[in-house]
Amino acid sequence: MNFDKEFDASGMSCPLPIVKTKKALADMASGQVLRVIATDCGAVKDMQAFADQTGNTLMASEEAGGKYIFFMKKK
Amino acid sequence: MTTKKMAIIATKGTLDMAYPPFILASTAAALGYDVQIFFTFYGLQLLRKDLSDVKISPLANPAMPMPVPMPVMVQMLPGMESMATMMMKQKLAKHGVASLEELRDLCLEADVKFIACQMTVDLFEFDKSEFIDNVEYGGASMFFGFAGETDICLFV
Repeated sequence: MNFDKEFDASGMSCPLPIVKTKKALADMASGQVLRVIATDCGAVKDMQAFADQTGNTLMASEEAGGKYIFFMKKK
Repeated sequence: MTTKKMAIIATKGTLDMAYPPFILASTAAALGYDVQIFFTFYGLQLLRKDLSDVKISPLANPAMPMPVPMPVMVQMLPGMESMATMMMKQKLAKHGVASLEELRDLCLEADVKFIACQMTVDLFEFDKSEFIDNVEYGGASMFFGFAGETDICLFV
């Protein structure tokens, strides 16, 4: 999937993946896609909850080799 | 959609109890909440520029997981508090948990408002110059002006 920016949250624990995803989205334009990499398994549910509550769209959420990859489209 | 609001009253100044207010506040801010934290009593210690005195004690903290069982008589020995604090900080770092300083900075960056209770600042004769700059001073009434309108209000 194409993306405009990437944020690697590997090694970070709650709440850093969410708080820093929010920061990473801040300077992006509406409709752009942020790819987030995380190793915290709690991020899977948190990222969906973040999308639900902020109006951004979680386009995909996948696991690969112990890492969780998210594609977040900015509102 | 109106902006949601959260208020937290932070009353504790130990390392373990310092985390919940900053974690919840930074997360809520990331979710778009308007957030204020009212620091009172020992919670005021979390506003110090230097947070190195924020510690955890195994004493009177029976739920704290210890690597080996430790009798209370041992927990009260000099140096045990510093040792427990060091071990806890190592554990936090190993698990990628942010430091208190980093979480506090993230809160400030996200416009979380910090209010220090003027009465307890005076009571404990705290020197305001030891606190970070981004603090407003006020009383319970001032806090209720915001807290009364919130969706979530927590006492920590």
